[in-house]
Amino acid sequence: MDDNVILVEGVGKRYRLGVVRHDTFRDRLMYALQSPWRRTSTQGNGDPTEFWALRDITFDVKRGEVVGIIGRNGAGKSTLLKLLSRITEPTTGRIRLRGRVGSLLEVGTGFHPELSGRENIFLNGAVLGMKRAEIRAKFDEIVAFAEVEQFIDTPVKHYSSGMYVRLAFAVAAHLDPEILIVDEVLAVGDAAFQKKCLGKLKDVATGQQRTVLFVSHDMAAVSTLTSRCILLDKGRAVQIADTSTVLNTYLDQVRQSATYVAPADRTRPCVAAIEVKTSRGNCVQAFGEALEISIVVDHPEPIRSACLSFQIINQFNHPIQHHWVFAEDRVFADRPGQTTLTCRIPKVRLNVGTYSLRVHLSEPPGGKYIELVDGVCGFEVIRLEKPPMWGWRPHACAYHEESAWNVAST
Amino acid sequence: MNAPIEFSSAMPEVVIEPEQSSRNYWRDLWHFRELLFFLAWRDVKVRYKQAVLGAAWALLQPVVTMVLFTFVFGKLAKMPSGNTPYPLLVLSGLLPWQLFSAALSGSSGSLVSNSNLISKVYFPRLIVPLSALAVALVDFTFVLALYAGASGWFHVWPTWRLALLPVFVLLALLIALGAGLWLTALTVKYRDFRFIVPFLLQVGVFVTPVGFRTDFLPNWRPLLALNPLTGAIDGFRWCLLGSDFHFSAESFFLSLTTAAILLATGLWYFRATERTFADII
Repeated sequence: MDDNVILVEGVGKRYRLGVVRHDTFRDRLMYALQSPWRRTSTQGNGDPTEFWALRDITFDVKRGEVVGIIGRNGAGKSTLLKLLSRITEPTTGRIRLRGRVGSLLEVGTGFHPELSGRENIFLNGAVLGMKRAEIRAKFDEIVAFAEVEQFIDTPVKHYSSGMYVRLAFAVAAHLDPEILIVDEVLAVGDAAFQKKCLGKLKDVATGQQRTVLFVSHDMAAVSTLTSRCILLDKGRAVQIADTSTVLNTYLDQVRQSATYVAPADRTRPCVAAIEVKTSRGNCVQAFGEALEISIVVDHPEPIRSACLSFQIINQFNHPIQHHWVFAEDRVFADRPGQTTLTCRIPKVRLNVGTYSLRVHLSEPPGGKYIELVDGVCGFEVIRLEKPPMWGWRPHACAYHEESAWNVAST
Repeated sequence: MNAPIEFSSAMPEVVIEPEQSSRNYWRDLWHFRELLFFLAWRDVKVRYKQAVLGAAWALLQPVVTMVLFTFVFGKLAKMPSGNTPYPLLVLSGLLPWQLFSAALSGSSGSLVSNSNLISKVYFPRLIVPLSALAVALVDFTFVLALYAGASGWFHVWPTWRLALLPVFVLLALLIALGAGLWLTALTVKYRDFRFIVPFLLQVGVFVTPVGFRTDFLPNWRPLLALNPLTGAIDGFRWCLLGSDFHFSAESFFLSLTTAAILLATGLWYFRATERTFADII
């Protein structure tokens, strides 16, 4: 396989959905007694109880390459990583790997709360396949990286969640495998530590010529770290190309879901369509620029006193803003027909990150709640100006207010 | 340390294919041998945390059982014990029994209690039940020390036969491992087996010659010999209690055969189902 360290050929993974599952021995016995002629493993594609989490995945990765795996939730990213790290086996196809595989699927796997930080470093290292001598040689480096020197002999159950995650990442990052598999680990910890982790990953890939497979929803991290990406959608590899090409395809894919259109069978008053017009197109909104949200309300009969509102929800599922319009103030929907309501936010002050909308249509006071449309029209807020020293991070805050500093020294 | 990695024989190719577990299974097992040690060490270390009496619990149980069995079998049922003091007879039977029951209950529950590891990291799953055996062995040394004390108290001194004790320790462990492999793999799929093990052990302590001698029950001997642990217990007593006991070759070889069958089939079933553990655990 020459320079390739990972060769994936026609790999698929099928799961059975929980329709015919025998969780207890009795169920199994009863099933066997009732229908002994039924085969327990039915083959074929028409079986509604089976589900292909991955299908026909073929790609290769060269030594020292950093490859990103992106896709929406449920696209099969985690399943692919589980196959590569040999936790579960494929249903079809073949995977060839060369070298030790280290996976950071979930930081802190194998940590025991009663054991001290020192003991957990050894335990976790062994779980990840390190030799005791190897762990001992890297011990100081791990402790220093995790910044837990003072608490190294304290049981980890007394650690703060930040310390816990730092220690766990530190152990895994010092594993020095030939192939490192990283799944969303950067979603935890504070911004400074995330930056440190990213730096460490970069160092592992470029400095030490290791191969890294990187899964993240953080597109900024993907674009800085990887050179090539695999885009997964519904279990299939839709595109395998250089990172910028794949990121564009991915953003287009997100954009297609960014306008909401009501299902055809709606007859009552309802929210017919929602569209977000971001300042940079492609669902990308620049900080400080204008954002327009248009909502079309269908009302074949008049709504007594309509109220339309929407919330902007951030990636941590917190509502950040709420905007509303009452028919009392701005008459709408008092006659049969259709109304388009457009809300313009002249200067977006949302922090960087991804957002979605939650739209409410109701008939207050005392009237009925007509419709709730949630989790639609995803868009991303970016900042184009020079980042502060720690970079723009979605975790830093929810919102940036205009402010002015006055610094006086004595 | 930042030198580029070299592809050499030290970095073999791994092929992952459906319906076929790793070709390098036994080498992987060897590679992960330290994990076996660490898992056992974790379990030993954590077990008596926040327990005031700590490791004394490992001794309390056999002492109470010894007193109880001496009273029930020796005093109430008036079972013969030959030239051996009854408490010592019970304790020499408890040694392999405790080893077996700790190893069996530990290994049969081992996969489910380590499910967070199984579903997140790859390593040869055999490590998990094996580490449970190591934990049982640690407890065994406590009881062995207790036995040494009791033996000195009754002025029963060891002979050359003591050197053969490891053979019977191994025998008890292999029986437990064989049954444990079956049970732990079955428990992954059918949690029913979690309830079977305590029941099995509860009954087992009475149908196993822990509290009585087999050689004074000639009529029952063939029946008792069907229990694979009988050979191990007879062996323990032969090693520890000196000339009062005779070596029963037939019970030993019967035990050995049962152990071998259990182990071979257990290993087969474990390996056959191992690939799916992460999906169904």
